Amino acid sequence: MGLEIGLGHYLTVAAILFTLGVFGIFINRKNVIVILMSVELILLAVNLNLVAFSAHLNDLQGQVFALMILTVAAAEAAIGLAILVIFYRNRGTIAVEDVNMMKG
Amino acid sequence: MIIQAIVFLPLIGALVAGLLGRTIGHRPSEFITTGLLLIAAVLSWIVFIPVAFGDGLVGAVGDGHAAVVKVEVMRWIQVGDMDLRWILRVDTLTAIMLVVVNTVSALVHVYSIGYMEEDPHRSRFFAYLSLFTFAMLMLVTADNFLQMFFGWEGVGLASYLLIGFWYTKPSATAAAMKAFIVNRVGDFGFALGIFGAFLVLGHIDFDGAFHAADEFAVTGLPVIQFLSWQLDAMTVICLLLFMGAMGKSAQFLLHTWLPDAMEGPTPVSALIHAATMVTAGVFMVARLSPLFETSPVALTVVIVIGAITAFFAATVGLVQNDIKRVIAYSTCSQLGYMFVALGVGAYSAGIFHLFTHAFFKALLFLGAGSVIHAMHHEQDMRNMGGLRKKIPITYAMMMIGTLALTGVGIPGTNFGFAGFFSKDAIIESAYAFGGNVGSLAFWLLVVAALFTSFYSWRLVHLTFHGSPRDAQHHGEGPHPDPAHAALESHDEPIDDSNADDHGDHGHHGSAYDHAHESPNVMLVPLYVLAVGAVLAGVVFYGMFFHEVEHIEHFFAGSIYVDHQIIDDAHHVPTWVKWSATIAMILGFVSAWYMYIRRPDVPGRLAATNPGLYKFLLNKWYFDELYNTIFVKPALWIGNAVWKGFDDWLVDGKIAEGLGRRVQNVTSWVVKLQSGYLYHYAFAMLIGIAALLTWAIAAGGLI
Amino acid sequence: MTLPLFFFYVFSAITVASAFMVISARNPVHAVLFLILAFVNAAGLFMLAGAEFLALLLIVVYVGAVAVLFLFVVMMIDVDFAELKSGLLSYAPIGMVVGAILFLELLLVAGSFVIAPDMVGAGGLPIDATMDNTRALGLVLYTRYVFLFQGAAAVLLVAMIGAIVLTLRHRTGIKRQSTASQLGRKPSETVRNVKVKSGQGL
Repeated sequence: MGLEIGLGHYLTVAAILFTLGVFGIFINRKNVIVILMSVELILLAVNLNLVAFSAHLNDLQGQVFALMILTVAAAEAAIGLAILVIFYRNRGTIAVEDVNMMKG
Repeated sequence: MIIQAIVFLPLIGALVAGLLGRTIGHRPSEFITTGLLLIAAVLSWIVFIPVAFGDGLVGAVGDGHAAVVKVEVMRWIQVGDMDLRWILRVDTLTAIMLVVVNTVSALVHVYSIGYMEEDPHRSRFFAYLSLFTFAMLMLVTADNFLQMFFGWEGVGLASYLLIGFWYTKPSATAAAMKAFIVNRVGDFGFALGIFGAFLVLGHIDFDGAFHAADEFAVTGLPVIQFLSWQLDAMTVICLLLFMGAMGKSAQFLLHTWLPDAMEGPTPVSALIHAATMVTAGVFMVARLSPLFETSPVALTVVIVIGAITAFFAATVGLVQNDIKRVIAYSTCSQLGYMFVALGVGAYSAGIFHLFTHAFFKALLFLGAGSVIHAMHHEQDMRNMGGLRKKIPITYAMMMIGTLALTGVGIPGTNFGFAGFFSKDAIIESAYAFGGNVGSLAFWLLVVAALFTSFYSWRLVHLTFHGSPRDAQHHGEGPHPDPAHAALESHDEPIDDSNADDHGDHGHHGSAYDHAHESPNVMLVPLYVLAVGAVLAGVVFYGMFFHEVEHIEHFFAGSIYVDHQIIDDAHHVPTWVKWSATIAMILGFVSAWYMYIRRPDVPGRLAATNPGLYKFLLNKWYFDELYNTIFVKPALWIGNAVWKGFDDWLVDGKIAEGLGRRVQNVTSWVVKLQSGYLYHYAFAMLIGIAALLTWAIAAGGLI
Repeated sequence: MTLPLFFFYVFSAITVASAFMVISARNPVHAVLFLILAFVNAAGLFMLAGAEFLALLLIVVYVGAVAVLFLFVVMMIDVDFAELKSGLLSYAPIGMVVGAILFLELLLVAGSFVIAPDMVGAGGLPIDATMDNTRALGLVLYTRYVFLFQGAAAVLLVAMIGAIVLTLRHRTGIKRQSTASQLGRKPSETVRNVKVKSGQGL
């Protein structure tokens, strides 16, 4: 199936999504949930790229890999949210600012 | 089999006593080592007697150079063309050394049973003694340079261990280290000499090396190019080898360790520092005589060094107060005689003196040990005197030793003690050698003979004659001699306060009053050695020095025999033949005059010539000289390197400094480790940005 | 402007806009809802690219599971989100810089890349135009990529177990049923026969 819309269009959209995800991580220092969502956005951008290339190159492998990324993203979200829940349970907050127990 | 037994029985004894000594106890250790040594000694005589009185070495084969028995123990080193085997080589020279080493060693073992009976570490002592004997046997049975070096270092090790046997005494450990370090200087030369010999001669075994040296007579001597000098290779090699001999045999310039080595137990002094180990240098030069004969320069050096040593040590011996040090300097001096003999080419005379010297010097040392034992470890002769009545047997033995050492005998006849024959042989050879070097050596040796006689009789007079002079004695004893005792201050030169060595006796009351004759176990070795001291000269004169044919037959090629020098030595003028005897008589008379007739003369003499006296008393200031030119600069360099290099640079700047820099850096880096999750996330994202930038800049993506 | 291109612009505009809202919304609930919107529109983009299966999967999995999970957690956690939003922009400058750099570079790449000619159609799995997308994916997923598929399943299993383990907790002071001790009871310990005289009671 050929692509009627140019590859560059897709890549541009993906780049914008990616940048927004990165930016989301930067501007959020209080809310872990938004950071997690930003990560989802970044992964979505990657998936978009894969699918676009898959269509452009007429190759199914890109979609297979996008599928795997979807799986990993789902798993990551589940684990991240679980950690978030128990972190909240222990500390009573989800502000990233307060998460400095890893300090050596 | 008999040869292996001779060599390895002492090793077995050393291992048993050394490793199992604590388990089996002192007494069994003593008996095992002593018994094995006695067996080895008897076997040595069994090997030696056919050589001396029969048809020659049993089972010997003429092997080009020498009639020799070779017993291969094992293949040792195979590297490239070199196939080095561990071979026990026994020829006449080795047989003589076997007899000397094993006899003296066995007697010293027996003697030590008595001498060391109060020591709590006797089994260790006997292990060391046997270990030393083994190493010495390895040295004398060497068939190649490397084996010899093994034995050489082995005896050095044993000597170190035995000098420092009373390791709780700081002076003993210092003396042990001094002996080891001074020997290192000589061994450095020795090792270089071995390397050089292997390089130039192409063989590391003696036979091959001697053959190669013989061929130089045809092909011409090789030269070594060192920097811009063309050096005669054989001279260089021989001088380097002789450097080793100088260290081991305590020759002039490298002699300083020998007197200090007297810190060891007296039996050790008798065995190692009189009879055997210090003669290793003499043995080595004799063994390598075919090499030394190729270099007249090296032989001249040997003569000069030997003569100077003989003279120098004798002068120092004149004024020493420690009974063992007197004998030590005497040893040093006599070793000088031996080297003169070697240098002039009369190798057999040198070996002859080695042989006789072993007996009478061991006798003197063991006798001195007996005196020390009787006086409860008093070694200062100024505190002795009049012991003749207390310990008559020891006195008689010491007399025999002294007569042998001073060379009492009638020239031209066969009456004389052992030293008479061998010493006169050397002095005559030196005269016969002629030339400036020969005359110098001759006169130095004659004067040294005078001094030898003087200090030997001084020792006897101070120790045995006169009246007791020990400090506690003059107040209560039957022979008070307050004037004398007041004159001679009681200062012990050697701190002999090894607590676990002596019992509690002997520290109160007069040592003289408590003096007692030694037990039989100590006296019997003296008897045996006395027989040797009396007879060794007469019996073996024919083999070692009388007729050239006889000598050649006896040595059977094991050393180089110079017909000319021996013939000449027998035809020196009569005054030369008498010179040593006259010197001996002069020495005796002056000693008698100064210590018996007019005991105040020595003090006045010392007072009128304080410079000379101090010069001699301080051993020509050699220790001070070495202290100044070697030890202090070495300490300074060591200090500088320690403080400047190690402490400041390595520790301060490199180790600790780097550590501090790392700490500085990490104290910055640790701030990156803020613990805030988003900081890490930022780092990752900035990393991505940087990576992407790099990839684009590097041209990978666009 | 063709119809697909029109839809592309619509979907991408909505996706970008809602993505922006995700990171800037003050209320996390709104953020999640915008995330869902972004996902749905991204699914539309997938659809335009011909990846129908992935598009529907994105809606089912992300919107139906992940986003709902987010919503659930946001609602479960009782945080004053307004308070959380304060001090929002303190890292914004550096974020801006990094984001801008990244974006520019991505655009640079996207605008200038050339696909190597031998790469076109050289992939191992050319898309068969006669076969629908789901079937094609299924054919390779269960054959050629079966191990990858199993691995993905394992990742999900581990994530599930991990999430449960992390969040499971035993509160103390709460009565629970203990089956073992219930079954272990003996009559002699629990039953007492008492003779009661009638009319008196215990």
